[in-house]
Amino acid sequence: MIKSKIRKYHAPVWDEPLVMQMGQSGRRGSIAPVTEPKIVETVGRALDLLPAGMKRVNPLNLPELSEFEVQRHYLHLSQQTLGMMGISLFGTCTMKYNPRVNERIVYQPFVAEMHPHQDPETMQGILEIVNRFDHLLRKLSGLDKFVFQAGGGADAAYTQACITRAYHASRGELAQRNEIITTAQAHPCNPATAAAAGFKIITLALEDDGFPSVEALKAVVSERTAALMVNNPDDIGIYNPHIKEWVKIVHDAGGLCFYDHANFNGVMTRIRAAEIGFDACMYMLHKTFGGPKGGGGPAVGAYGCNEKLIPFLPGPTVEENGDGTFYLKEGGENSVGRIREFLGNIPTVIRAYSWTRSMGIEGLRDAANISVLANNYMEKRLLEIPGITKGMPDVKGRRLEMTRYSLGELTADTGVSCLDVQNRMTDYGVDAYWLSHEPWFIPEPFTPEAGELWSVEDIDYWIDVLETVCNEARSNPELVKSSPHNQVVHKQNSTNLSDPAKWATTWRAYKRKYGISN
Amino acid sequence: MIEKNKDLPTPHPFMANSAEASFNEMLKVANVTNIDELFEQIPKDHIFKGDWNFDPALPSEAAIYKHLTKILRKNISAEESLNFLGAGCWQHYVPAICDEMVTRTEFLTPVWGTPSSDHGRNQVWFEFQSQIGELVGMEFVGLPLYSYGTAGGHAIRMAARINKRSKVLVQASIDPERLAVFKTYCGYPELSGYIEIILIDVDPKTGRMSLDDLKAKISKDVSAIYFDNPNYLGIIESEAKAISQLAHDVGAEVIIGVDPISLGVLPSPSEYGADIVVGTTQPLGVHMNAGGGVGGFIATRDDEKYAHEYPTLQVSLTGTSEPGEMAFGLTLFEQSSYGSRENGKDWTGNSVYLWTVANATYMSLLGPTGFAEIGENILQRSHYAAKKIAEIPGVIVTWPSGFFKEFVVNFDSTKKKVSQINKSLLSKKIFGGKDLSKDFPHLGQSALYCVTEIHTLEDLDSLVSALAEVTK
Repeated sequence: MIKSKIRKYHAPVWDEPLVMQMGQSGRRGSIAPVTEPKIVETVGRALDLLPAGMKRVNPLNLPELSEFEVQRHYLHLSQQTLGMMGISLFGTCTMKYNPRVNERIVYQPFVAEMHPHQDPETMQGILEIVNRFDHLLRKLSGLDKFVFQAGGGADAAYTQACITRAYHASRGELAQRNEIITTAQAHPCNPATAAAAGFKIITLALEDDGFPSVEALKAVVSERTAALMVNNPDDIGIYNPHIKEWVKIVHDAGGLCFYDHANFNGVMTRIRAAEIGFDACMYMLHKTFGGPKGGGGPAVGAYGCNEKLIPFLPGPTVEENGDGTFYLKEGGENSVGRIREFLGNIPTVIRAYSWTRSMGIEGLRDAANISVLANNYMEKRLLEIPGITKGMPDVKGRRLEMTRYSLGELTADTGVSCLDVQNRMTDYGVDAYWLSHEPWFIPEPFTPEAGELWSVEDIDYWIDVLETVCNEARSNPELVKSSPHNQVVHKQNSTNLSDPAKWATTWRAYKRKYGISN
Repeated sequence: MIEKNKDLPTPHPFMANSAEASFNEMLKVANVTNIDELFEQIPKDHIFKGDWNFDPALPSEAAIYKHLTKILRKNISAEESLNFLGAGCWQHYVPAICDEMVTRTEFLTPVWGTPSSDHGRNQVWFEFQSQIGELVGMEFVGLPLYSYGTAGGHAIRMAARINKRSKVLVQASIDPERLAVFKTYCGYPELSGYIEIILIDVDPKTGRMSLDDLKAKISKDVSAIYFDNPNYLGIIESEAKAISQLAHDVGAEVIIGVDPISLGVLPSPSEYGADIVVGTTQPLGVHMNAGGGVGGFIATRDDEKYAHEYPTLQVSLTGTSEPGEMAFGLTLFEQSSYGSRENGKDWTGNSVYLWTVANATYMSLLGPTGFAEIGENILQRSHYAAKKIAEIPGVIVTWPSGFFKEFVVNFDSTKKKVSQINKSLLSKKIFGGKDLSKDFPHLGQSALYCVTEIHTLEDLDSLVSALAEVTK
């Protein structure tokens, strides 16, 4: 039953041209400092300083705008981005408040204008925060060391794949141990990064309980097993209670165990990777730890491991001198080297440290409790809406951070798909829900996640909008199928996107393919 | 409803439902009497019961601000010093509206919406791809990668997938950080997909790639040649066309890495033979952030041969149900790791998408004249610095011409180590050039100096007099 008054909403529509279509020849948006006459006298004309054949001849076809025009253009585009301006319960991504104070801090020169190759003597503040945060994560995980070089969760999974290589290579077993085991519910980045690192992938299918059986794992573990890479709980909200046994089985066979802790939010202060037996884990600082998502980074996949794997960590690592100061240590002979250049996305490490300190251990526990409670609250209300069913309904026990639902019944009744519903919800200022990672084993899936940020009124409103759209699907399915109607633009025509003759990832490609002169 | 007990949260500014009334309302509807019921799936022996010994909470914004800034003020930034470090992360001026845009909450905080609700941000992405495409002279550009090095690593793997060969030639002057990333991406011989990296010597006379060494090492089993232009040591690879030709003659792909801020004065790499262009995005309106400002890109011709090997996501311009209306959608999603798991092209995930907002804003601000101007500016300032430094007794600029932004300074004749010189400079609040003595031992006691548009004549003269003093 709809609880809230559904409010009027319309997205801003500026009908904004592409920046490449704007401006006039000769307009300037930015001017470089005037080169002092003495410099010119000393070195002569700039272009004469270039080797023959290496001077630009063809002028760049970039837009020419005044500073204000550029500013206003991008302000318009920001307004045409709904995101967190409405309600976004984008599951698997744990939408959080990103404390504004952190932007105030990281845009000051003592963070923004730091060079990674500076003398560590001049970087003590940054090194101290990295070290302090490393210690907080050690406490939350039970592991022994964290590094922040990975530029996201997938990059942390790749870090694990690289450490797995280096570990088995150091023992002379790499040629033999070339298989990585994962599950169908593990995030795609686990099999994908392991394959990119050269491993064969074994994916275990889910069984009736919502996870693969211990027997299924035993059947594939062997002397070829390099590592296990899994999430738990998964993003249907199901926790594999046999995970300790899994870890033991893989360890007994000589493999490593990596905990993709993407769904840490609901189990913060309850589950520690080390107690379960994992050698390593990954936390997403742009997600669980309050860093902003930026539409897809800059992110940090904090990678932590036990003593056994420390020699394999990418360098440089931040180490303590013992007198309250810190130094950077290059990796030793077993180190994987670099996953990415430099120390990582330091501003987001600072933001995550700030968020964690602001919360404290009790705050983290409250956040986990509120998140899981909110998910169960949502479930109660969502399952009252005709046409919505719970994914894997036979699995007993309350779901954790997230539950995956199906709109399959609604689709069967009305022809309206989960994508249509998603589009229509944006007409009410409610941004997309997450559907499902590949492979889909629940028809017409959607996966909301309330987390600890959204108020009960926001959650109710989100559910009310969904219910309104489900009602529309029954009374006027075309309205939903042809949506959105109140958005920045209408329903996207996706038929061109996979046609090489029509796709265009740049304006110059579009102009050529569609015969547009500039 | 729960009694007032340990399960009730403490109200916190980041959590609306930490208020007792909200929490209790949810408990009631969800029919929960004890919080532990919610965690019934988790076996009891999985739950940690030890002491946390955690640092105390600082829920007050004023307190957390004070705590963090007190620690961070121990840093000495490049802005309050005179900085001549480059080497993969460069201090350029960041226009104020670049910072304004990347801190707009609309751009800063979201993850993923629909093509309509994300339209503004998707348009920024398209404008990023389009303007990068203009600079490098390519029609197909993906969304950004983690860094210059990871873009190069993926490009090398793209080439190997295209021609099924497994050797890559790389200029020996490559940034050691970048080379280390390439090594990671090229894998291990024991596993599948391994690519052997073979370094091509630097010509000691010019600082450029040695064509003789290239000719000696190139063969029909080479998948790709990779070189940066300008290279890590600042030198413009003026024989780039010849290098590309040699690679194409054996059917190898040509991968060229660029610093896009040079492209107002240097030709696009597509004009001298690039098949795949990669590069950094950090100089285009992003602060150095202690290395956290880095980002990369991949660009190619709009040719299926390349397009079908991209590991990235990319937006394409398309239409809507309304005639004439523009929209943007992801193209080739199904070949990404999201679409195909281990059968996808390498992998993708969160990257540095927010920086596209700064990059697109920056490129729009500069325009064609701005790019030419900043390129000329950097050329003149860096050559002035090199010329004046070379006048200091005992100090040699190894390759005094044919460079852009960075140049190598050798101190062997001063009998001083770069590390000593840099310590002395630091006491004058100058960050000397990157010490090359460990990574490039054959260059002796050398440092890589970086000069950009931010350095005034006065700054450069201060450096020269400080260097003269500390090398005496």
